Amino acid sequence: MSTETSNGMFGVTGSGDTSGFGGLVKSVQSIGSTQRPFGGYFDQVADELERAFPAFSDAIEKVVVDRGELTLFVKRERLFEVAKILRDQLRFEMCVSVSGAHYPAEVGRELHVVIALLSITNNQRIRLEVCVPESDPHLPSLVEVWAGTNWHERETYDMFGIIFDNHPGLTRILMPDDWDGFPQRKDYPLGGIPIEYKGATVPAPSERRSYQ
Amino acid sequence: MSTFTDPYASSRETTEGRVYSVTGGDWDSMVTEIGATKEERVVVNMGPQHPSTHGVLRLVLELEGETITETRCGIGYLHTGIEKNTEYRSWTQGVTFVTRMDYLAPLFNETAYCLGVEKLLGITNDITERATVIRVMMMEFNRISSHMVALGTGALELGALSPMIFAFREREKVLDVFEMVAGLRMNMAYVRPGGVAQDLPAGALTKIKETVKELRKNFKDNEKLLVGNSIWIKRTQGIGYLDLAGCTTLGITGPVLRSTGLPWDLRKAQPYCGYEDYQFDIPTTDTCDVYGRFLIRMQELEQSLRIIEQCVTKLEKLEGQPVMVADKKIAWPSQLSIGGDGMGNSLNHIREIMGESMEALIHHFKLVTEGFRVPAGQVYTTVESPRGELGVHLISDGGTRPYRVHFREPSFNNLQATAAMCDGGQISDVVAAVASIDPVMGGVDR
Repeated sequence: MSTETSNGMFGVTGSGDTSGFGGLVKSVQSIGSTQRPFGGYFDQVADELERAFPAFSDAIEKVVVDRGELTLFVKRERLFEVAKILRDQLRFEMCVSVSGAHYPAEVGRELHVVIALLSITNNQRIRLEVCVPESDPHLPSLVEVWAGTNWHERETYDMFGIIFDNHPGLTRILMPDDWDGFPQRKDYPLGGIPIEYKGATVPAPSERRSYQ
Repeated sequence: MSTFTDPYASSRETTEGRVYSVTGGDWDSMVTEIGATKEERVVVNMGPQHPSTHGVLRLVLELEGETITETRCGIGYLHTGIEKNTEYRSWTQGVTFVTRMDYLAPLFNETAYCLGVEKLLGITNDITERATVIRVMMMEFNRISSHMVALGTGALELGALSPMIFAFREREKVLDVFEMVAGLRMNMAYVRPGGVAQDLPAGALTKIKETVKELRKNFKDNEKLLVGNSIWIKRTQGIGYLDLAGCTTLGITGPVLRSTGLPWDLRKAQPYCGYEDYQFDIPTTDTCDVYGRFLIRMQELEQSLRIIEQCVTKLEKLEGQPVMVADKKIAWPSQLSIGGDGMGNSLNHIREIMGESMEALIHHFKLVTEGFRVPAGQVYTTVESPRGELGVHLISDGGTRPYRVHFREPSFNNLQATAAMCDGGQISDVVAAVASIDPVMGGVDR
């Protein structure tokens, strides 16, 4: 998460808010990279990966340990190699989940792909995160490494428009084939209509005050 | 306007534009058509509206005679955008949404989500023991009701009607317990960030003990009907084969993984909610087939009953402990209670905020409309749902609403194994194989 600021209090503008909270400027907390020791088995995982993968410092942008979870930020050019080593040498046999997140404020790395790995042998979990720009949302597909990422990658493409190169059939999976836009992006509206109830109108959820 | 005519949808022009009426093909003409070609290959569309595809699952099967050469799944017919919706609601309101994903295992969705929110808040250790034990007890009851649907509908789809009657009879008993405790039979939004919505009603433990006794007796009916039944064995043994290597590469968890002989259960491997304090076994088989998965589910019922009994013993000792975290900035301000017009906010609470304490009213208003703030960061929490690893990936930007909620649904992931289980098999075995995965489309499509 990058350092940014949030303005106002209620997430809506132009509503005639006279409370004074509209002028509020707050800085949003950001989580930086973590220095060693990481604690738990995380040091061991990082050591082993460094040993097995000489280009570690080139491939891993940063390491974050937060709330007892390890996240490796991997450069997309190196993702495929790193994934293979994690599977074959560090024994992360399962890729349980691939999903995305959209951070429009992080210019040049708006779209994040979050990959959750599980090692049954060592009973460990780690997370890989790959950042790609919205203008060039490409990264290698991991279907060759873990076949089970197939549908997860299709869903991530469907929801965020992130393109997984060399995927065997990257098509929409939850939305109809001819759908326009990528619903989970932050600039995609939720939709909804105002509801009338006993003469009063309740705005659609996306139009309500949000208390940032 | 194009002159293209759709073979499956005749069209006519109206004042509103062109109207298509979608119909199935005529069977007679289809048979003649197939007879005219030498090729044996037929593509059959099974679903999305098909009684034995577990809701709106669509299977496209390429057949060579009765042998399947290729299976493809079409999903998304039940996509409701729950993940997107939660980004526009407070963290507490999120529970009401996620409970509707996998509608046969609502308590697992709620608990996994709440464990994630609590981890983000850093209050995991502040949850009272009573709340945690109630969560465990409700989850294990839910495992029973979910397995009952899996077994009942699975048997029904293979033509065995009686097991379904028995299974739904048992499920009804479990739903009665849910109704007594949470007020609702499904989608109860009972587990909340910080604890559970309300304490057990008076006399609940007695009723639960009776239900456990009854269930244990009644489970024997289905066991007698199916275990060792030669027709059942012929329909399920060696069907839907998927070995350990297949499971790991496809990310399969739950009964399907345990049917390969690997005792991987997150309740033992990565305990949450204090599961390390309970005595129970992980049933496994090494047959990798539908029958093995069926046996595992049958045995898990008894293990769930064992856990529930231990919960009851614990709860008897924890009488009077709160079921919500002590931090007033997070705990939901009101308690529910039964009034003359059904369940609602406790009248004592209403009396206090409306008549006695202005500050209590402000506090209630702020917490209910605005909600609490969750420090920025991301977590991935998991629980062992009846179908496997249910993972919740939550991202907070420090606000009162989730920045991103993603559910790693075991149904969604495990359904990928359909092709591996069905290709090369008979068309009649597709139904058995899919039933053994036990996909719930509400969870698959979210």
